[in-house]
Amino acid sequence: MDFIHTHLLTLILFIPLVGAGLIALLPREQGKLIKWAALLISLLPLALSIVMVVNFRPEAPGFQFPDQALWFPQIGSSYHVGVDGISVAMVLLTTLLTPLALLISFSIEEDVRAFFALFLMLEGGMLGVFVSLDLILFFLFWEIGLVPMYFLINRWGSKKGEREIWAGIKVPSRTYAAFKFMIYTMVGSLGLLLAIQVIGVVAGAAQNEPAMFDIVRLYEFWPNFTGTLFGLPISTIKTIGFWLFAIAFSVKVPVWPFHTWLPDAHTEAPTAGSMILAGVLLKLGAYGFLRLVLPLFPDQAAAAAGVFAVLGLAAAVVGGLAALGQDDFKRLVAYSSVGHMGFVVLGIAVAAKAMGGGVDAADAVIATNGAVLQMFNHGLSAAAMFALVGMVYERAHTRDLKAFGGLGVVVPAYGGVLLFCTLASLGLPGLNGFVSEFMVFRGAWPVFTLVTALATLGLIFTAAYLLWTIQKVLLGPLNETWRDMKEINAREAVAIVPLMALMLLIGVWPSWLINIFNAAVMRLLG
Amino acid sequence: MTVHDLLPILTALIPLPTFIAFALIILFFNKWKRVSHSIAIGAMLLAFLMAQVVFWSVIAPDGHELAEHPLHVQIPWLPSGAEALEMGVLIDPLGAFVLFFVSITCLCIFVYSVGYMSEGGKHYDPRYSRFFAYISLFATGMLGLTVADNLLMLFIFWEIMGLCSYLLIGFWWEKNYPDPKQVNPRQAGLKAFMTTRVGDVIMLLGIAYLYSATGTLSFRELLSAETLGILKEMPSYIPGLSAAALAGLLLFGGTVGKSAQFPLHVWLPDAMEGPTPVSAMIHAATMVSAGVYMAVRMFPLLQVGFDIHHGAQLTTPMIVMALIGTFSAFMAATIAVAQDDIKRVLAYSTISQLAYMVAALGIGAYVAAAFHLIAHAFFKALLFLGSGSIIVGSHHEQDMMKMGGLFKRMPVTAITFIVGGLSLSGFPLFFAGFWSKDEILAVAYHAGFNEGIVLAVVVYVFLALGALLTAFYTGRQICLTFLGQPRSDHAAHAHEVSWTVYVPLIALALFAVFFGYIGIPEVFPLLGGEHSNLFHHFVGATLGTETLHQLPHPEQLDLLPFVLSFLISPLGLLAGYLVYGRKPLQAGQPDPLVKALGPLYPVLKNKYYVDELYDAVFIQPAIKLAKWVYKWVDRWFIDGILHNVARGAFGLGHLNRRFDLAVINGGVDRMTDGIKWLAQNGRQVLQTGQVQHYLLQVLFFLCGFGVLYVWGDAILAFIQRLLGI
Repeated sequence: MDFIHTHLLTLILFIPLVGAGLIALLPREQGKLIKWAALLISLLPLALSIVMVVNFRPEAPGFQFPDQALWFPQIGSSYHVGVDGISVAMVLLTTLLTPLALLISFSIEEDVRAFFALFLMLEGGMLGVFVSLDLILFFLFWEIGLVPMYFLINRWGSKKGEREIWAGIKVPSRTYAAFKFMIYTMVGSLGLLLAIQVIGVVAGAAQNEPAMFDIVRLYEFWPNFTGTLFGLPISTIKTIGFWLFAIAFSVKVPVWPFHTWLPDAHTEAPTAGSMILAGVLLKLGAYGFLRLVLPLFPDQAAAAAGVFAVLGLAAAVVGGLAALGQDDFKRLVAYSSVGHMGFVVLGIAVAAKAMGGGVDAADAVIATNGAVLQMFNHGLSAAAMFALVGMVYERAHTRDLKAFGGLGVVVPAYGGVLLFCTLASLGLPGLNGFVSEFMVFRGAWPVFTLVTALATLGLIFTAAYLLWTIQKVLLGPLNETWRDMKEINAREAVAIVPLMALMLLIGVWPSWLINIFNAAVMRLLG
Repeated sequence: MTVHDLLPILTALIPLPTFIAFALIILFFNKWKRVSHSIAIGAMLLAFLMAQVVFWSVIAPDGHELAEHPLHVQIPWLPSGAEALEMGVLIDPLGAFVLFFVSITCLCIFVYSVGYMSEGGKHYDPRYSRFFAYISLFATGMLGLTVADNLLMLFIFWEIMGLCSYLLIGFWWEKNYPDPKQVNPRQAGLKAFMTTRVGDVIMLLGIAYLYSATGTLSFRELLSAETLGILKEMPSYIPGLSAAALAGLLLFGGTVGKSAQFPLHVWLPDAMEGPTPVSAMIHAATMVSAGVYMAVRMFPLLQVGFDIHHGAQLTTPMIVMALIGTFSAFMAATIAVAQDDIKRVLAYSTISQLAYMVAALGIGAYVAAAFHLIAHAFFKALLFLGSGSIIVGSHHEQDMMKMGGLFKRMPVTAITFIVGGLSLSGFPLFFAGFWSKDEILAVAYHAGFNEGIVLAVVVYVFLALGALLTAFYTGRQICLTFLGQPRSDHAAHAHEVSWTVYVPLIALALFAVFFGYIGIPEVFPLLGGEHSNLFHHFVGATLGTETLHQLPHPEQLDLLPFVLSFLISPLGLLAGYLVYGRKPLQAGQPDPLVKALGPLYPVLKNKYYVDELYDAVFIQPAIKLAKWVYKWVDRWFIDGILHNVARGAFGLGHLNRRFDLAVINGGVDRMTDGIKWLAQNGRQVLQTGQVQHYLLQVLFFLCGFGVLYVWGDAILAFIQRLLGI
């Protein structure tokens, strides 16, 4: 028991990674065994996360459940993990969504072993980002998550479709999407790695160490570090570092206009891949802003806050419009992520502005709380929406919204679930999305009044495209092609019901979740 | 713990039974129709009883006691920073009365729905259970909104009602009409949700604004004199507007959407695609009233700075309300005149009557607006349920031109409908609608002609004209429906449906008559007296004496409006009778109005073409813009840049490859060739077979080793320095 407590995060982090290795050792033809084994393995981190949430003390300062070990002393990097309230929420989201996504993937028949092994590896990579307290470690896990996702999209993605790149050259859609996702993120990562090295070496040089990558120590040192180095003012280095970080994370969020990889990747990925992409992977970017950009570059962030507020608005409005223009069910849901993450960006922009002072603390705190809650909420609703799109695709083998109609008669339970999740996604009060959107709006209004007022257009477009979708899929006279469509089955129901329960719970009683990260957000904003 | 301590808890529990009913029906009893309606009605009955207990416990001849010490309890709900937003319930005099009418009308409509949705037990709707689940959730929304003690909670329940409205308007979502231009139920539901959403997001901004400006959303704290004083002085983002005015305007956006006021009125008539009990409950009695209720609730904020006794101007929100209310009231009344669908007439009449309340608030007639709100809920619910009874009784015929002669065939429905119609048209003395509408007109006249507020004169004139039109279209409706001979087979075979349908009609008819008697103005001849205006004393107290005193209120009778209010309704009804009743229409005979109104008739019939305008200006461009954004911004521009970068990289790669082929591969090839050549030829140089050559080589290497042996360390150090190690 003691071991579990002292190494809780390490266990949560490495069980999926070790599990991935174990799955890879199972016999290839034992599909059923592999699926169940992966599911059971993924339940362990969930159970441990719940232990973590229960034992977490929100009011206590600093990072909890710390674990540190010698790892790479030559470059001044160590294995250092720990969580504050924000990471606790994200870890919980990750460990919750993974088993559900695995359950949805039970319908996978191709190369089962590789799929499930890669999936667990993916979980490990994402968890690593959320718990790392060392920049090199952070970067390592940041990249680890990329690899499995590339293969998931390219190997198990949608088989149909081609995409013209240039000069009439066409490539399969999933190859295009996987490649775009990989390269786009890598370009961002390149700058991230460079910035991490610069920070580590410069900070280390100032302290007469080879390098300093420990995030906790950098929190103390880096923001107040001034002077010159090699004739270069530190503030210039900081500005460069800020933009390198910001661009890397902006690609991941994605902040408009870095978003075009998202609809491609989400659309072509297998259902479970889309669930995790939208549910967790996008949060890595937003988390990067909160964990690294704001604390390490407060002044630069404050200076750029206005830019991000406007980009958040663009995501909400232009992303919403692009969603409205879709005929492909899955691509529409993918675009809805752009819009929803726009509100996260808006909340973060308020926090960034507050880092420079001059913003009422209550406004900044509620906007940032709203952003974190929106990250969690979007994780739930986007995962649910992709699962639901996947279900209908498995049955109909099409995602064309114009091909459906009247499914509410044949699959009423599915219809009810779809309606519920759609309403959560469009921010109906009483369900989760509303609470976070309201908090962001409330916090952003006094700081970016005009932007906030215009962002309401995003809410209107969101309602429009989601209800339109409901109308095209569920309502109207039945398209006789789908007369025999099968109702949602028990496995699918088990995968989706926990998400719905949480959406309702957060909508009705949000304080249990907000209380986890409220104190951390307050400390972040000073 | 005394009974009074338990009342707030009881109040908090009022919305619960119907929510449980909703969950039970949706999750478990979807297949059992009778069980479903039993659960729903049982839950509604329970909520009704709880509401009545609360109402009768707090009711008193004077509301000041309750206004100062309302039933109030709250708990923290949304923590953020060191503070938390609290949620709770509040019953003050206004809330008590709203709770009273909401619980009664909801219960009547639940019972009525049993008969309506099963056509008197003969033919159950396939989604009968789901219907009861939805209306249960709706009742939860309305009851929750009524007891809410803060704006955010009000908004939450407000939106839940919006959802129910969407679900219930589109209840028959398979339905298509032969005419593609006719709005079908699912389009109507979408339209209702989207149109009200526009108002709702504006309202949400208002809530966010108030919350950030004052740190609270609780009605008690927000509407306290202190907070209002701060908001009045605080500048807003718009020059010339105080924070109170801007927040008030934003909140009023919600009212415009929810209560279907111009320019967001377009959804309500189409909402009639829903089952009739829904039209009655949601789109006449409760939900649409919620918009006005919110404005009444927030009235202290909307009027802050207004004091009639010191000649102050109307505040900006009041001016906007007066203008929108007056315009909507008159416009909707004109449209109602030219409608043939029995429910659409009532829908436009609803817009018009709600607009009376909005206009009343605009000139400061707070109590009159609240009074008309409740009276209207009773008689309009009655009219809608009556129209539903007619529709089911005459085999789903909704076109009044195909009715006629129903008085004999459906006497209970006919009598109660006529009672409702007379109440709507404000027939003097006997009907609730008279007292409530009269009070609005009396205050408008007083404010306009005695207090010199010019806008109030305009309000009075147009509302009075609107009242005349109201009486006319009501007379038209009654004559077309009940008098003469049936104009279709359906009407000829009409009959009463079942007791579940007409018992609620009778109950509501009683309220449509008697509710008015608690609001007789003090100055009214003979009937008026010191205590005759109970409603004013009780509900008016919500505002506090001081604020109430700042509003216009006639101290003595004005003769002109008094006489006019006796004349308007009978005149309008008489006109309706003369056109449609004296010589009832024959089957196929055109409406006499077509000829009489000439070119105006198609304009009215087509609702001033506002739908067409919105479609052309907002909806179609938005869809086009959406496609354009995706195609050109995302696919062409952003992806285009990415592709060009990729193409550039690709091109560089090709160049690199050429370099490799030519230089590196070529170079390596040449180098290996060279080594091979050297190996072949070098062997001949070194291995000559001559001993002296071999000895020379040995000497050479020995020298080398010697050098390394002596200066080795120094050389190593030099190399290290060179490499910087």
